[in-house]
Amino acid sequence: MSTTTRGDITMPTPTPAPSSLMEKPAFSVPAKKMAMWLFIIADTATFAGCLVAYGFLRNATPNWPRPFHSITNLAVMTFILLTSSLTMLNGVKAARAGNKAGALRWTLITAALGIAFALLHIREWMALIDEGMTLLKNPWGTGLFGASFYSITGLHLTHVTGGVIALIVVGLRYKGGRYNADDLEVLGLYWHFVDLVWMFVVPFVYLLNLAH
Amino acid sequence: MATEAPKSGAMSKDLIVYVCLLVLAAIQFLIAYQSITPTQMFTRMIVVAVIEASLALLFFMHLADNRGLLWFVVIFNGFVLFAMQYSWTDSFRISNGVPWAK
Repeated sequence: MSTTTRGDITMPTPTPAPSSLMEKPAFSVPAKKMAMWLFIIADTATFAGCLVAYGFLRNATPNWPRPFHSITNLAVMTFILLTSSLTMLNGVKAARAGNKAGALRWTLITAALGIAFALLHIREWMALIDEGMTLLKNPWGTGLFGASFYSITGLHLTHVTGGVIALIVVGLRYKGGRYNADDLEVLGLYWHFVDLVWMFVVPFVYLLNLAH
Repeated sequence: MATEAPKSGAMSKDLIVYVCLLVLAAIQFLIAYQSITPTQMFTRMIVVAVIEASLALLFFMHLADNRGLLWFVVIFNGFVLFAMQYSWTDSFRISNGVPWAK
């Protein structure tokens, strides 16, 4: 039996338990992936809470503004985000196939699409701010609209920004050999979730507030 | 963690799901221009959004491959989302006034 000495104490080195004795991971999902799923479930509650609160305010406020005239910018943003999910899938597939260069390329394309989305989002915010819409007031109706709009879209934009940073970091570290394909897949789950949330933000926050 | 080899035909399936998501997103935009009541518009949009989210969950996030995890996510989220619906009656009360005040 091998021993380990720490200071004056000598103790037997623990031997790894045979795999048959190890507890199986929950739902046969690796720990990192399970952690991401738990985060996604918690984050779903966060976004759902925001959207329900928004719905409450919209329903209970008579002079709710309908300030959006064009859907062009929104359509382009939606197209970019949906496409970024596809490129993320390609990146994970390339990583699974052991194609490191391909995985990095697709991951960086996904990050670039995320940056494009964020820039369009900021451009839209700037246009609304120029029209006089702030957190507390706007020229069209209740001031609650600006607070709820910027809170929900800002929370989503924060997720996109964090995702872009993570994509670049994980992509580069995967290429460098520090991370593996599973790490890229876990990040992919997060990115698809950001896309999924947008599918609910678009109709409730934008399309239901189109000026007809 | 063990890595899996990519399945053949998976790319075409992803493309099909991607096109379906684009079409559903376009349907949402079309609904926004229909001459219907806000309640009807909200109902139609939420149905389309739930279909979109289901497609993304099942095929992009691969929940279709893991039934146990699928039920875990659906039941957990379903309960949380259901529990959040308690406030609607109050929002109608604010907009319409309490019945006994009329």
